[in-house]
Amino acid sequence: MRFWELAIRNFKEMWRDLISTGLEIGIPAGFLVIFWALGRNMGDESFLTTTMLVPGITVFGFAFLLMFSAMTLSRDKEGALLSRLFTAPLKPRDFILSYSLPYIPMVIIQIAVCFGIGALLGLELLENAGLVFLILLVMGICCVELGMILGLLFNVNQASGVGSVIITLVALLGGIWINIETIGGVFYRIGNALPFAHAIKAARAVMIGADFSSIATDFYWVLGYTLVFFALGVFLFRRKMVE
Amino acid sequence: MNYGTNDNRFAIQTFSLSRKFGDLIAVDGIDLSIKEGELFSLLGPNGAGKTTAIKMLCCLLRPSSGTATVMGHDINEDPMAVKQIIDVSPQETAIAEHLNARENLRLMGGIRGLAKKEVKKRSEELLEMVGLTKRAKEQVRRFSGGMKRRLSIAMALVSDPQVLFLDEPTLGLDPQSRRGIWEHIAELKGKKTIVLTTHYLEEADALADRIAIIDEGKIAALGTPQELKDSISDMQVMVVKAKNLTPDVIKSLKEIYPEVKATEDGIEIKAKELSFYEIVDYLRPRGVAIQSASPKQPTLDDVFLHLTGKELRE
Repeated sequence: MRFWELAIRNFKEMWRDLISTGLEIGIPAGFLVIFWALGRNMGDESFLTTTMLVPGITVFGFAFLLMFSAMTLSRDKEGALLSRLFTAPLKPRDFILSYSLPYIPMVIIQIAVCFGIGALLGLELLENAGLVFLILLVMGICCVELGMILGLLFNVNQASGVGSVIITLVALLGGIWINIETIGGVFYRIGNALPFAHAIKAARAVMIGADFSSIATDFYWVLGYTLVFFALGVFLFRRKMVE
Repeated sequence: MNYGTNDNRFAIQTFSLSRKFGDLIAVDGIDLSIKEGELFSLLGPNGAGKTTAIKMLCCLLRPSSGTATVMGHDINEDPMAVKQIIDVSPQETAIAEHLNARENLRLMGGIRGLAKKEVKKRSEELLEMVGLTKRAKEQVRRFSGGMKRRLSIAMALVSDPQVLFLDEPTLGLDPQSRRGIWEHIAELKGKKTIVLTTHYLEEADALADRIAIIDEGKIAALGTPQELKDSISDMQVMVVKAKNLTPDVIKSLKEIYPEVKATEDGIEIKAKELSFYEIVDYLRPRGVAIQSASPKQPTLDDVFLHLTGKELRE
């Protein structure tokens, strides 16, 4: 369990960076309240319901986690700490696990914060909350794994830039505010090819009573991306370890 | 795979070790044998290939050709076995900035598989050794450059490696901090095999049992500091401090002696045989006021200049 020691370090590194941690929790919480308030101003016809907003903004929060996890890894790479760690007898999968695992508590916190605020704003408690949690947890891990790939490929500034592009992409094509099927055309096809809209669509469907069989395709789409990103991360770590 | 003279008395052996980056040959067929317990220095200017060589020995870079063994383990064929017995203090400080000094040490011990109790004990010993016990609970991002370097070296020692690589351990430090680190390195001499890369002559001279002078990826010379200096001792050097030295006088001296170099407050004359009186008798009638003239012992800088035709700090 040598990787566990590194995971603990990465966990501490993340939590001691108070600004990033604050943003990771504060951004989705703030957006949720703002969009809920906008929805109230629009009146009864508003599409910005808590059922619409909570899963969407939770995934939007994961996109920030993606950027911050990428920046943490690329910072270690630039500062040569990663190179030093590569001289230890650890395997590529040890590295990706030790850099990914510390973000899982943050994924769970983001889900809890968004649904907690959602409950305060009128979101009804769900019978099938476990399934919603599972869908969003996998989506969160998927974002962290993509963050690992960006962290290995780019320097801190580049990771921040590419991360911002992905955040914008999620905001526009993830179906956070609206159902992407209503957009149609090439934007729909791009959004539908990515995992974000599938996770949000599946979570919303379960929240209004759908069972697993009706969202299985969306769930496996997200899970597939997660596994591919994980495998790609292992591959890139292996390449970085011996250049 | 058999590479010929794989002798168990050697901690490290390299066999035509080479690394190319595109058209650039960073390390060009190095053959070295480093004994167990030896403090071996790779001395050369920036870009000479020192760090590339170290990175190959630490299994961070794959050789383009050739190979090396570390305690008998081949770096190409068994990198995990090599990683079990080495540790490295890289050129960059490479520490976890948001962790405190103690946590950094425990991290290094943990990822190298040491038991928690042992890591704790070694961490405290090493904090004491590098004088950081009082600052052990402080996040290291607030440390000075010298403190970070000391911690970096301590981090490389937590696992008590058989072979320790120190890549430019005093780079960018002030002379006082540099001497402090030298003392720590000197304490380790004889206890483990140490490979030290540096472009500071004084560092290699003061610490190394043997030095390999490396230039443009090749070993230009190899020996103890004294052996290297003796290798050019057929040339004598006279340092003359004087006033009223005109360019004409220096020019005329160059016709007599093979090497005459103007310095800040006089000249340095190099020749196979030099006579103090001969120099004084030549300069005085030409209006030069001699303040002092003394023979100079050859330095590693002279060795480097002699071997490569350039100064180490170029």
